[in-house]
Amino acid sequence: MKNSIWQSLVVGALMAVAGYAALFIAPDEKTMHVIQRIFYFHAPAGMVALLAFTIVFIANIAYLINRQPRWDWLAVSGAEVGIAFNSVVLITGPIWAKPAWGVWWAWDARLTSTLVLWLLYISFLLLRDLMADPDRRAVFSAVYGIFLFLDVPLVYFSIRIWRTQHPQPVILGGQNSGLDPTMRKVFWFCWLAMTGVMAILIHQRYKLEQARHEFEELRLRAEQLSAEEPGISPPAGAMRT
Amino acid sequence: MTPLTGSERLGLVFEQVEKRYGALTALRRVSLEIQPGEFVALLGPNGAGKTTLLRVAALLVRPNAGRVKMTGSPADSPELFKSRVGMVAHSTLLYDELTAEENLHFFARLYGVANVASRTAHLLAAAGLAERASSLVRTFSRGMRQRLAIVRALVHSPRILLLDEPSSGLDPQGRVWFAETLAALQRDGCTILASTHARDEVLRLATRAVRLEAGRVVSDSGSGGNLELILAGLQGTVQ
Amino acid sequence: MNAGRAAAVIVAKEVRAEFRARELLNTTLIFAFVVVVIFSFAFDPTTAESRRFGPGLLWIALLFAGSLMLQPSFAREHANDTLDALCLAPVSPFAILLGKIVANFVFLTACEVLLLPVFAVLYNVALLPVLGRLVIVLMLGTFGLTITGTVFSAVAAQARMRELLLPLLLLPVLVPLLLAAVEATAGLLADAPELQRTWLEILIGFDVMFFTASWLLSDFLLQE
Repeated sequence: MKNSIWQSLVVGALMAVAGYAALFIAPDEKTMHVIQRIFYFHAPAGMVALLAFTIVFIANIAYLINRQPRWDWLAVSGAEVGIAFNSVVLITGPIWAKPAWGVWWAWDARLTSTLVLWLLYISFLLLRDLMADPDRRAVFSAVYGIFLFLDVPLVYFSIRIWRTQHPQPVILGGQNSGLDPTMRKVFWFCWLAMTGVMAILIHQRYKLEQARHEFEELRLRAEQLSAEEPGISPPAGAMRT
Repeated sequence: MTPLTGSERLGLVFEQVEKRYGALTALRRVSLEIQPGEFVALLGPNGAGKTTLLRVAALLVRPNAGRVKMTGSPADSPELFKSRVGMVAHSTLLYDELTAEENLHFFARLYGVANVASRTAHLLAAAGLAERASSLVRTFSRGMRQRLAIVRALVHSPRILLLDEPSSGLDPQGRVWFAETLAALQRDGCTILASTHARDEVLRLATRAVRLEAGRVVSDSGSGGNLELILAGLQGTVQ
Repeated sequence: MNAGRAAAVIVAKEVRAEFRARELLNTTLIFAFVVVVIFSFAFDPTTAESRRFGPGLLWIALLFAGSLMLQPSFAREHANDTLDALCLAPVSPFAILLGKIVANFVFLTACEVLLLPVFAVLYNVALLPVLGRLVIVLMLGTFGLTITGTVFSAVAAQARMRELLLPLLLLPVLVPLLLAAVEATAGLLADAPELQRTWLEILIGFDVMFFTASWLLSDFLLQE
């Protein structure tokens, strides 16, 4: 508990510094001025989302190898946090695009890929939602998750080729080429802070899943015991998560 | 794949088999050794773990701990193991949309049986289903389906039979036929593990009774073949 | 029993069962046809436009119809627990999966053979000059669709709402395949027909990657 508080404080401080840096330290960009600053959260969020999904992939493989439930907990945590960061990308993108190009959505390669990525992992969570048995859910969502991650490079690659064949407005990510040194430092600092947030969120979600699992075990154990020895019954009003 | 010689005597050994479904433990460290040629009646209340034990033996279910082995023949691969085991399950394991003949043809081919056509015809005749060979299973009565399910399990001449309440649904004639079939298989040296409820004629052929309760073996009449002990096993007397 | 032969036995069974009832094939074909016609009302098919929308339309019809057709693949093995019967037999899980993949491929291809001429007529496209290369694109795309659809059918069969679930699991994953197939087809139906290598590579890459993944993960799909 104390550890969590310290971690949260550290990461909170990092994010605060990152926010300050993005808003005040980074130099003003010449064409878009203030709006451009959203980039310091938009792009790192995308990278953090991918990192979270990579964690899901590793967790899926690990679960299939040794069937320890904690890998399943890690997988669902990574997926949910990944989607959260992905949503940040999908929300900040249009916020930037409207003043910059006059349209909310321009089907550019990176944002479109992010959209598909979002759909992929929403399906992952949906599948899990529709399966009740925890063991089966863990196995089958792990198999599905592996297919999803294998699909990700194909998604990015095919969409990029697709968009280069069909001319359209200036790409968002063009910023990266020739980034001012101060801008680059702010960028990577924001990335670091957001990765910290990701780690904490995954950790908390993992602990929640672990607690749920332990609660279920205890509840079922109590039921079994009461079935074997009449006279002992599970606590009245036992909670159902 | 080595063709079955028809004279192999195979046994089954369960070593500390544990199977959990979530927080529910279906089998708790079950150890059991079934000798070649034994006919073991598996008894116990609903939910005792009988079906799970049979499914573990059939390699349909992977236990969380422990394992099942075959004795009397090197069955190194799961495929070799399965080729020697036949199972009659809770469901018929039949395709309703195919005919009786097509069902048996399919499973015969899947098991690599030689002379598919003649084996199928022989089994259908034995089960009294020869006239309905070209009828869809969907049109069969419950008793006919169960008979077909039984011969389906025998299509590859297995040396180990796993039976999960095999008499259920059989009409009186069918029960007589089934008892005769089992007796013949037993004489031939097949090893049989059958989960039954009490009052089943199948029990008369059994040489051993094992009782399961809440995932544990609570009584085992042993290989003595003593009828009293078997009946005691039936009543669940703890040994 | 080696995987190939076991798979062949399973393919024979699937084809026999399907051609007896023919419910799935008929429904799939008609559904694909309905999609093509309905989209035509939504996107006025004059000749110039149909060249542009045509390929997309064809593949959307195939994808939708396909994802509906593939769903029962494993779901119908729940009746009478026939999936257990398959797993009891001395065949590898991959053989079972492969048998179903091949059978589904045969069914979808049968639908396409009938759908393609209809499409060509409705949209006034000349398919014959590019038929050979078009068939290659169709085969590669259909194979990718079938592999993923069959595997995900095994996954969806474990969950509730499986009829709705399979398209949701499948369609986002197929985005690269859809893009590549549509663009490749469009390239072939253009005024100067050419089969672009990049798209071909993506199709082949998709197929190889997902086929390999299916092979490696087949054990997990079919065990309890």
